Amino acid sequence: MDEVTTTPLRSVGATSAVRFAAHGSGPRIESEVELRSVLASLSGVDAVGLEARAAKLATRSIKRSSKLAALDLAIAMVDLTTLEGADTPGRVASLCAKAARPDPRNHEVPSVAAVCVYPDLVATAKRALGDAPVAVASVATAFPSGRASLAMKLADVAEARSAGADEIDMVIDRGAFLAGRLGQVFDEIVAVKAACGPAHLKVILETGELVTYDNVRRASWLAMLAGADFIKTSTGKVPAASTPPVALVMLEAARDFAESTGRVVGVKLAGGIRSAKDAIRYLVLVNETAGTAWLTPERFRFGASSLLNDLLMQRLKQQRGAYVRVDEFSGD
Amino acid sequence: MSSAEIDVTDQQLDQSRLGGFTYDPAPESASVARLASAYGLFIDGAFSDPGAHEQFETLNPATARPLATVAHGSSEDVDRAVAAARRAFPAWSSMPGSARAKYLFRIARLIQERARELAVVETLDNGKPIRESRDIDVPLAAAYFFYYAGWADKLDYAGFGPSPQPLGVAGQIIPWNFPLLMAAWKLAPALAAGNTCVLKPAETTPLSALVLADILTQADLPAGVVNIVTGDGATGAALVAHPGVDKIAFTGSTEVGRLIQQRLGERGTHLTLELGGKGANIVFEDAPIDEMVEGVIDGIFFNQGHVCCAGSRLLVQESIADEVVRRVLRRVEQLRVGDPLDKNTDVGAINSAAQLARIEELTEAGEAEGATRHTSACALPNEGYWFAPTVFTDVAQSHRIAREEIFGPVLSVLTFRTPEEAVAKANNTTYGLACGVWSEKGSRTLWVAQRLRAGVIWANTYNRFDPTSPFGGMRESGFGREGGRHGLEAYLDV
Repeated sequence: MDEVTTTPLRSVGATSAVRFAAHGSGPRIESEVELRSVLASLSGVDAVGLEARAAKLATRSIKRSSKLAALDLAIAMVDLTTLEGADTPGRVASLCAKAARPDPRNHEVPSVAAVCVYPDLVATAKRALGDAPVAVASVATAFPSGRASLAMKLADVAEARSAGADEIDMVIDRGAFLAGRLGQVFDEIVAVKAACGPAHLKVILETGELVTYDNVRRASWLAMLAGADFIKTSTGKVPAASTPPVALVMLEAARDFAESTGRVVGVKLAGGIRSAKDAIRYLVLVNETAGTAWLTPERFRFGASSLLNDLLMQRLKQQRGAYVRVDEFSGD
Repeated sequence: MSSAEIDVTDQQLDQSRLGGFTYDPAPESASVARLASAYGLFIDGAFSDPGAHEQFETLNPATARPLATVAHGSSEDVDRAVAAARRAFPAWSSMPGSARAKYLFRIARLIQERARELAVVETLDNGKPIRESRDIDVPLAAAYFFYYAGWADKLDYAGFGPSPQPLGVAGQIIPWNFPLLMAAWKLAPALAAGNTCVLKPAETTPLSALVLADILTQADLPAGVVNIVTGDGATGAALVAHPGVDKIAFTGSTEVGRLIQQRLGERGTHLTLELGGKGANIVFEDAPIDEMVEGVIDGIFFNQGHVCCAGSRLLVQESIADEVVRRVLRRVEQLRVGDPLDKNTDVGAINSAAQLARIEELTEAGEAEGATRHTSACALPNEGYWFAPTVFTDVAQSHRIAREEIFGPVLSVLTFRTPEEAVAKANNTTYGLACGVWSEKGSRTLWVAQRLRAGVIWANTYNRFDPTSPFGGMRESGFGREGGRHGLEAYLDV
């Protein structure tokens, strides 16, 4: 009788965490089947428990020097954003001045992390910022809907890159995701990542259109597996944007992904974050979920515009003990 | 713009300043409690002179320093309280339900109005974090009064037949773990049903009930409808022994509950008991892992584990045990232990030296029996009564820490292989108060829940309380239900 020899399956353990550790050099998704199996292995999200946890963390009381430190940290994490049809070079230049020196009278106030504009205004922003330690981020890939061919999306990225964008904020194809064409969503991210070259890639999930927390978790993992440097909540163009429970799911995903693969992916929240109080609550979420390693502009960002002035105002209030007029700060 | 204008350099982004994130102390003010130095008894609508009674000290467990002195109710005091309740009974019970409801609604609103004061009093006297007394104990206490206020004029429709009658004078003995909330659980349904009450708060936590007495006065509750007699076990025993009491409702230890049952066995006095527990959180491999970890943590570290329904046993499917334990231990290290008045504190002080001694004794037994101990590295304050959050792994079903109620921040982790084994292990206890089931598969959750011998079963959550939901145990966890329509039955002659 012929002797039958078989190769035993590589032991991967019970969880995705162990699965990736077994790969050694980080995750490699070879097929849509494998992608689906990884995403299917993710734990479900209990919406009631998730929302309760987010609400509980919102009760943290951040006072005095910890508040001041949190405000500075939040300022340094802002991607100061203008994404309007009415944007002009003058408007962008003005925003860049604000980004570099949010409070010109006070040199202790850090610059924001980046300015975020449409691709055609990247060059304007780069010129305006000069040597300032502020990155230029550009939305691309048929922002905000993502409804265009891959070729057009890649052209969009190429234009932003050639104009000097340091960071690319792409949108995923939510239609493809919701239709279950996960491979297509994955491949697009991989292609955009390749087109980004050294530029950092932020992948916008548009969580308001994914609707369920389970979808947010799966989309987060999909984007991270495909090579995202950041996962980002929203375009800011749909009503339901960043919420604390959504942020919590994405931070958990980034934490678990880093533990499984050793690769640290950042998280950017965008849309609807207007007050310093909200920003500090999000920093508490980061602190108590992903941990202090994410409490840096390298790994956590706020995409916002009006937030910056409230952060500045609260900062001054912490130092002076009284509020100043809104008009103390430029309206950019 | 020239680049010269932009002179912010990377050096100014001082990473040490921007990197970490520590929370400065954010203490609630203790003066909000407005404590008196000495308290009398609340009998027949008025406080007695503290000087007329033997006094004992009630301590702040976070510092072990006295907060106030409180009257030690004697058997004569109990007698006066029962007599006052008896006198008040005819008018209170024959009053239209809508009129009783008016008082209960008023009490509920006053609890809300004085919520901050009550929360601080509770935290000072009990040691629980202000976040919990502020967000859970006090709002829930108001919610129970609101809920039962709504029943007061609808008793005919509660499912106990037409015109159900109250029992008479209810003697109510409550524990120290949720002093105000337990008073609300006892008083609200009893009053709604038309009974009058003699409430005996726990020896170590009498203060919030005395603030509640002030609220009852503010609400113009008729004299004698509620009487509050502070004291120790002897005071409680006098209440149980009093022949003028028609009903005893007791929440506390199984040991004392057993004694009360023996004493009352000879008389026709109605009795409900809510006793100890050894709740199991059953975690299947498809559980929503992040929310499950939070639920397990909340299940055992909420209120320092001083919770009769605490999820003190974690039964986890063996296939994910390592992952779950790793995540639970990581979360334990994040718990902020310390000053209960600090709004950011997660775990406060152990209520008394006696309770601390019991927790220490049982955890030492756990180590001696061979379980592996993991204790949070958190720093503990130098004074007061403290116990760091602790998890035991490698626990066997026969270990004392898997069988006896520790009533402290100590979790015992056991594993199972199949749903049948999970049910068998969860039921393998003399208690039967509460269990949790964690799974994303509803059919299995229901299968397990049907087979668990416990009064309360939570699915994908734990330690969740609501006035509309009945709460109570079976076997050595007691009998009778509190909360919901069922909670009325304990105070009606049905």
